[in-house]
This record gives sequence, structure tokens and C-alpha cells, in this order.
Amino acid sequence: MSTEFPQTFPQTFQQKIHSTLADANLQLAIYTATGRLKDKRTENVASDVLPDYQELRSHANAIKKHTIENLDFYLEEFERNVEAHGGKVVYCKDGSDVADFVLGLAKEKGSRLIVKSKSMTTEEVDLNERVEHHGLEAVETDLGEYILQLAHEKPYHIVAPALHKTRYDVAEIFTRELRIPEETQPEKQTLIARGVLREKFLAADIGISGANFLVSDSGAVVIVENEGNARLTTSAPKIHIAVAGIEKVIPRAQDLATFLKLLARSATGQLLSVYTSFLSGPRRPGEVDGPDEFYVVLLDNGRTKLLPDRSKRQSLYCIRCGACLNTCPVYRKIGGHSFPWVYSGPIGAIITPQFMGVSHEPELPFASSLCGACGEVCPVKIDIPKILLELRSDVKKTETREKQNRLEKLGFKIFAWMMTHPRMFEFAGRMAAAMAPAHDGKWIRSVPAPMSIGPVKAWLSQRDLPASPAKSFREMWRQR
Amino acid sequence: MPNRVSLFVTCIVDQLFPKVGMAMAEVLERLGYQVDFPEKQTCCGQPAFNSGYRDEARAVARHFLETFASSEAVVVPSGSCTSMVTHHFAELFQKEPETLARVHALEKRVYEFSTFLTNVAGVDDVGARLDEVVTFHDGCHALRELGIKSAPRRLLAKVRGLELREMLPAEECCGFGGTFSVKFAELSGAMARTKIEAIERTGARAVVSLDPSCLMQIQGALSRAGSSIRTIHLAEVLASR
Repeated sequence: MSTEFPQTFPQTFQQKIHSTLADANLQLAIYTATGRLKDKRTENVASDVLPDYQELRSHANAIKKHTIENLDFYLEEFERNVEAHGGKVVYCKDGSDVADFVLGLAKEKGSRLIVKSKSMTTEEVDLNERVEHHGLEAVETDLGEYILQLAHEKPYHIVAPALHKTRYDVAEIFTRELRIPEETQPEKQTLIARGVLREKFLAADIGISGANFLVSDSGAVVIVENEGNARLTTSAPKIHIAVAGIEKVIPRAQDLATFLKLLARSATGQLLSVYTSFLSGPRRPGEVDGPDEFYVVLLDNGRTKLLPDRSKRQSLYCIRCGACLNTCPVYRKIGGHSFPWVYSGPIGAIITPQFMGVSHEPELPFASSLCGACGEVCPVKIDIPKILLELRSDVKKTETREKQNRLEKLGFKIFAWMMTHPRMFEFAGRMAAAMAPAHDGKWIRSVPAPMSIGPVKAWLSQRDLPASPAKSFREMWRQR
Repeated sequence: MPNRVSLFVTCIVDQLFPKVGMAMAEVLERLGYQVDFPEKQTCCGQPAFNSGYRDEARAVARHFLETFASSEAVVVPSGSCTSMVTHHFAELFQKEPETLARVHALEKRVYEFSTFLTNVAGVDDVGARLDEVVTFHDGCHALRELGIKSAPRRLLAKVRGLELREMLPAEECCGFGGTFSVKFAELSGAMARTKIEAIERTGARAVVSLDPSCLMQIQGALSRAGSSIRTIHLAEVLASR
């Protein structure tokens, strides 16, 4: 189906799902990669490895709840502490605010080259595209992000952005974009990227990073990573800008004992990431490393809209570990690019409608079997299935007359009426049974054309349908 | 301990799989319970709730509360429908304190079938016999919302002639998800086929579950694939001798 549409036509949600399901190689790549992450997580949160795992989750949830409920206090405390160390906090309403700040600073300093370490927040506001539009060069230095930048793609996964790319895909991208001979060995591919990126690190004036945690009581930005590129990004260039969502703040440095234990295990199944950096302000007199200037951009971009909702604001507890993606049977089939925004999987399905509005992709909260696996693995205990259900109700409440599925709406009105009128329910059931030939225990592959519509047709497109039994339960019960 | 139990057979069992309801009644009667079937019963309202139609779900939930108001214990052959009553009814009536009180009074008396047997009736062995190699599918709502994992396995372990082979991965969804199965039919079908691969790897001849809707999804996909593996509800296993 996808090939029938020229590239300029954006695919619909259903079309993207269809084309992902139809690509056997991609299916294998997604299922294998997520399976590996999922299994390693399971292994390292097991009760014999981490006996207090459930207590840590509850504690993390309590800290996040407290922080989100007192966000103004902690943001102000964080700001005071960053400034006490000689850094500066910049509040940004949206992506254009972030771009204006970066462009203004680059202009002031005469900078043209920016190196970036992995940051979903900057992906969220299309920062690269925005600054490149003004003639700056922004280079991603996380290997996965670098591959995707060369491929002109958005991240496929919150933690493993190039999860869908095999080493052969990477070889092809490198050959095409870097004009080098084909290289399919991952180790050698890494060295190629490293060679290119080293030069960029040394030449860049500005390093832009994300942040995993903003520690309020110490004014520190905490970044976890495995490649060391975030360390270089934040220390080699003269200017470091950390871009973070306002919900990343936590009250105390000691809270990291809880969050760091949970984050790496949940994300990649590591006990701890290879590098954990605590960055608090620019280089001080006598220090060897560090930038001359240190900025923390605090981004709203829709987050404050969630604060009034007592239930749904728990979506802001997310620490972006990606565990819900790896365990989600839907994500493992439809992958990251089927989702309408950079945040994919269960967490994407709950924050996209809340940040962007439920009408942005009204079908999104419905693309879940509500199996609950996401909520079960969430290290901060976000009740994702509950929020999906609430969003479904929000979608139905806000649909305009033109957009709504009137047939479905009518269907549920009839459903409610019938289910509160038992005799009508029984009568309707018998009518339906009379229309289809009754065969106890038989499964039917097709129905006559006039009946093959809507849900029946959709069901039969994939599976057989049980034939109506000769008698309903209530008939059997009466006659026994 | 109640000696009288009311069946809530669920709309899907009433209309499509009546033998599951009969089997459940048989097992309960064999254990000495007086079993009744309140004729006013229809559905728990979950289809509307899961589709975002909360007003419609509330109407059906109210009907449920009235129907079973005087029941000592309500036994349900589905984890998903049980969870709708015990976990989601309260969400629907947050703004109606009186109804909410009725929900809380009733939800304690509503039991999924296997947990009723092991936790209320206090039996593992119901005297069943079935010569079959089976695998067990955990329905997601039974597993994650009700925390049911051991009860059905304890019951199956006591069935004479039966061999249980666990599938891997055991806890992955079959892809049913109510209206999800038709709104995202292709995706739901793909999830069912992944489940079937896990079932086939066990070499079992039958799949047992305590949720009729999962069994409908799995059997529908097995049948479409031309497989001879059959599905069988836990109540039917326990009723066979």
C-alpha cells in the first residue's frame, strides 16, 4: 500500500502500520533488538539481583509525584543553584524559543559548528533542522543518532535511535553519505564515525546535550551515556547548552541513588551506564576541563498543560528509559516511525496527545490492546493503560461533528440500550444467530457479502469467526 | 464462605460459548454450591469503556450493579470482565458517591472463576480428568490487573491425565484487546500469529485460558492457519472427567 503513495504524501497512521508489518526484514530487526533489551532488563531487575526493585519503583514514583506537584519550587531552586555556580538558566516556551536562544548565542560568539549528544528533547523541537535553516551545522555525536542524521531520519526508539538499522543498512548509509568503501563490520563502522566526529568535537564552539536529571539542591545536570560522546560534547567546546524538559528536575542529589539504579537497568539492562556525568556550571579557576559558559535551557513545549490534570500529569514522571517500548507487543510490531511524533511506544501514545492535543492523531490512544505490559515495567510506575483509557474518552468527547465516527457512536448508544434491556439483548442475539447458520463449535472463514461489513469484515480479514451456537447460555440454562 | 453463588457468564459466553458457562456451573455444583443465574444480566460494559464511551459504559455498569445487588458471590469465567467490575467500575463513578459505595460493596464479592476455586472454595483438585497435552495462555487483565498466575496452574496440575507445557514468552498479549481487534485488525492479527508461534513451539495439542475473548482470538487465528490445535476454557477442562 505504501508504494502507491508518492513520498510527498504523508502516510496515514494505518498506512505506516501496514507498511511496517509488511516489511519482513524490519519486523525481524525490531523484534530481535527489543527482545534483547527486554530480556536483559528482566534479568537485572529480578528479585535475586535487585531485591528492592519494587520498593525502588514506589520510591521513584513518590519522588516524581512530589516534584511535579511542587514543580515551581524546585525549578526556582534549581535555577538559583545553577546561577550560584556561574551558569545560566533559560526558560523556553517552545522550539522556536530554543532555536532563537541558540542562534542568538551562536551569532554573538561567531560560531558555525555545533556538536550534539543524544537528546530526545532537541529532537522533539526539531532543533537541528531549525539551526541548519539558518546556516549553522549541527552534528550528532551519539553513534545511533549520527547514523540517523546521515540517513535523514528521526529516532526510531527513545534509547536506541537506530534500532531498526542493521549493520548492512549502516554500511550503505556510510558509503553513500561519507563516500567511503563499503564497511560492514560494526567495530570498523564505529571507528569510521569516531574519526569523523573527533574532528567535529575539536572544531565546535558549542556543545548541546540533553539531561537525564536536573538536581535541584545542587544545580547539577546529570547525563548518563555509554559512548563518552556526551562527556566530550559538554567539555570540549567553549559553550555547553543542556536542553531539558522542565519535568526532568528532581529535588536532591541523594535521589539519584534511586533513579540511577532504575534507569540503566530499565533502559538497556545495564547495572549502570558506562558514563554518568555530573555537570554543575562552567569551568572554575584551577579546573582543567569544562566549558567557559554553561547554560540550561528549560523547555515547556506543552508540559505545563498537563499539570492541572490530577491523573494524567503522572505522564511527566517519565525518565525516558524506553522499557515500555521494548516490552510493548504493539511497538514490537509497528516500530517507532509509525508513531506520529518522535516519542514512540506506550509513552509516546500518552504524551503525544497531551503535548500536541488529542486531535493531532486521534487514533493513537486506540492503538493498544491494553495488555498492561508497559505499566508493569515502568520504573516510575506511570499507569499508562489508565491514561490511554482516559485519552480515549477525551478523544470521543472532543471530536467535532464532522470528524466523529457517527456509526460507531450510534453503535455504542444501541449497545448501552440493549445491555440495559435484557430481553432485547436476548432477542438481538437470537436474530443474529438466525441469520448465520448455527454450527456448534464451528469456525467460519467468510460470511455472505451483505454481512461482510465493518467490524465483521475487519475481524475476518485476519481470523475465523465462531459460528453462533444452536442455543445461547440462557436458553440452555432454562432448559436444563 | 458463601454457599450460594451467582453466575455472571459474560455476554460473549452467553452468545458464543454457552458450554463454558455450563461447565463452570457444573464444577461449582459438584463442589456443593447452589448456583443461580440472574436472568437480567447482560454485559459488564467494557466494550464501551475501552472505546472511550464512558456514559454508555456507566449505564451498563449500573445495570450490572442492580442485577447482582443481592448476590452473595458472583463468579465470572473471565479475568477481563472481572477486572472491569473490580478495577474500573470505581473509575466510572468517581463523581457519584452513592453509586461508588455500591460498587465498593459489590466488587469484593465478584470473583474470577479460578481464583474463586482456589481462594474461596479452597480447592485445587476438583476431580477432573482430561488426557491432553496443553499450554496455558495468561489473559493480560487476569495476569496484570488481578495478579492471577498460580491459581489456574494449581488447578491444572491436579487434572488427571493432563500435561501442562508452558509457552515462551508466556506473558505476551494475544492481540485481542476488544475493539482494538477490529480497529487495528492487521496489527491484532500479526500479534495473534506471534502468539500462535509460541503455542506451536510447546508441542501442545490444546491451549487453555480463563478468558473466552483471548480464546476467540487465538482459536480464530489457529483455525485460519489450518492448525489442528484447539482451544479450551479452563472451566471445560475442570468439568471433564
